[in-house]
Amino acid sequence: MNNDLKNQADELAQVFASDMVGAPTGVGRFGEFGGMFVPETLVPALHELEAAFKDAWADPVFRNELDTLLADYAGRPSPLTRCDRLGEQLGFQLYLKREDLNHTGSHKINNVLGQALLAKRMGKTRLVAETGAGQHGVATATAAALMDMECLVYMGEVDIARQELNVFRMRLLGAEVTPAVSGSRTLKDAVNEAMRDWVGTVEHTYYCLGSVLGPHPYPWMVREFHRVIGTEAAVQCRVALGADHPTGRPDVVVACIGGGSNAAGIFSGFAAFPEVDLVGVEPEGGAAIGHGIPGIVHGMKSYLMQDEFGQVSEAQSISAGLDYPGVGPEHAHLADSGRAKYEQVSDAEVIDAFQLLSRTEGIIPALEPAHALAWVVREKESLAGKNVLINMSGRGDKDVGQMMEVLGDTL
Amino acid sequence: MSASDLLPFQASLEARRSSGGKCLVPYLTGGLPGWELMLEAVASAGADGIEVGIPFSDPVMDGPIIQESSELALAAGATPPGILDGLSRLDIGVPLAVMTYVNLVYRFGYERFADSMVKAGVSAAILPDMPLEEAGDWCGAADAAGVQTVMLAAPTTPDERLLRVVERCGGFVYAVGLLGITGERDSLAASAKVIAKRLKDVTDLPVLVGVGISTPEQAAEVCEVADGVVVGSAIVRRVLETGSPESVADFVGSFREALDKG
Repeated sequence: MNNDLKNQADELAQVFASDMVGAPTGVGRFGEFGGMFVPETLVPALHELEAAFKDAWADPVFRNELDTLLADYAGRPSPLTRCDRLGEQLGFQLYLKREDLNHTGSHKINNVLGQALLAKRMGKTRLVAETGAGQHGVATATAAALMDMECLVYMGEVDIARQELNVFRMRLLGAEVTPAVSGSRTLKDAVNEAMRDWVGTVEHTYYCLGSVLGPHPYPWMVREFHRVIGTEAAVQCRVALGADHPTGRPDVVVACIGGGSNAAGIFSGFAAFPEVDLVGVEPEGGAAIGHGIPGIVHGMKSYLMQDEFGQVSEAQSISAGLDYPGVGPEHAHLADSGRAKYEQVSDAEVIDAFQLLSRTEGIIPALEPAHALAWVVREKESLAGKNVLINMSGRGDKDVGQMMEVLGDTL
Repeated sequence: MSASDLLPFQASLEARRSSGGKCLVPYLTGGLPGWELMLEAVASAGADGIEVGIPFSDPVMDGPIIQESSELALAAGATPPGILDGLSRLDIGVPLAVMTYVNLVYRFGYERFADSMVKAGVSAAILPDMPLEEAGDWCGAADAAGVQTVMLAAPTTPDERLLRVVERCGGFVYAVGLLGITGERDSLAASAKVIAKRLKDVTDLPVLVGVGISTPEQAAEVCEVADGVVVGSAIVRRVLETGSPESVADFVGSFREALDKG
């Protein structure tokens, strides 16, 4: 990050320290959501992790080490791109925060570099992770290679089949990939397997959780590691909107929601400013906030798609990264408090948006952020004339194989 | 508290202990086809209490055997009220505890679930994903209804925390015998006797070791220190393989025999 941007970002970070995406209260509570619903075996490890994170986050040496890695290894700051062709077509100013340009192809690297550094600092020698689309798995395998740690990634059998490129990337990076064969055999089940692994290996293993999910302190810690997205975007928007703009902030910030980590990252840069609308976009078939009710799974209380008895539903989404029946607890709180709103889009709208951005801007999005794009396309009339910022959380290379089958000869 | 004031599950364990014996608590997954017959057979094979699992879609504390039995039971239509109804109709002469995951209880409503347990004649609850930090709301409802909450103590639990765990705990203390999820193991983990001893030093509640107790020999070995054992996966594997109440009862009986021999 160049020095001017860095100084402005630091200044903004001070402002945000007191905003509503602050530290959780009690045992990891965001309003009534969050908590630490895990087997006793893991509780001491979570308390240890919380203490270690607080200590590291307050340590300039740790922060400097992470900032250096984010800049020199991951390629931060990621650019802000104004999309003139598509913006003109839709009738508003469209900006993309280009997390797709990070090393490993998505925002996931921000969190993983932070957690892997923390794991090292805690003396752990092995990382376990869950992954849906494989982006978090690839990022974790990357950090493990960089920092010379053992790495095992759990991935649902269904996801292994539809994201075989990422499976191979993980193995190329030296990680072991183990299929989750129970339940829906997708992200939910990969989380179960990673937690079961950790129950047995907690003394030397670090669980590198990939979203703002799970027991405290993960939802808070993972959001803090992604806060850099919002902090950079706030400064970049101020520059892009020009000195004449009254606030220097966009009217609407849109991000896709699976667990919600990329959204938590970008929202953290704008939540303090009530004039900025925050919109999270869920897949129709994995809409914890849209179609769920409060429940408890994977260590947290949050919105959850479940049946009348509390059995967790199997999500159904074209996007492996959003194919999850729950959502991070802070999003549940932002929804209940009305600070953010959560909308749903269909797989068909996502497929259209995926092609639209490719053809108008030369940017092939991942299927996950294509959800955010699909929503702004649907809402173009209500967004007319506004400044709209989308978090382009990942690139579409990993989805090309899957989309070849979906689109086939139609191109 | 005099023995007559104890709720049935704890009373049964205390009675076994005060007669110089060791406690045997088999686990069975509720809602499998024929599960009521299986419960009756196990009750008559020397169990001091039975832990009945209400299957959950995402059992993070459970290994492959209990996962499989849970999936089969769910596929057969098992539900929390269905299993509690089934239990209320049984009279097997052995007290019952329910083991399930917190979301099913939360969804049902803590008070309503505790009341339903009492109506079904179940006096103890084991919720493996509800540690001390999150126990307050449920325990309030359970205490009021007359249900004891069995807490887990793990090899990783520090001494200071162990004191708070046993203070909040009722019925018995569930000592997690190893670092890991439920499932059979070839030998008894060294951690099993260690956690049992640490607990015996700080509580008068019966201390039962579960997770990884797979054979009568392992049960007898850990009971050199512990007051008893919970045996799950080893029994459920036989339930799934044989479907035969007689053969499962024989297996449970072999634990009884080993514990009685000491």
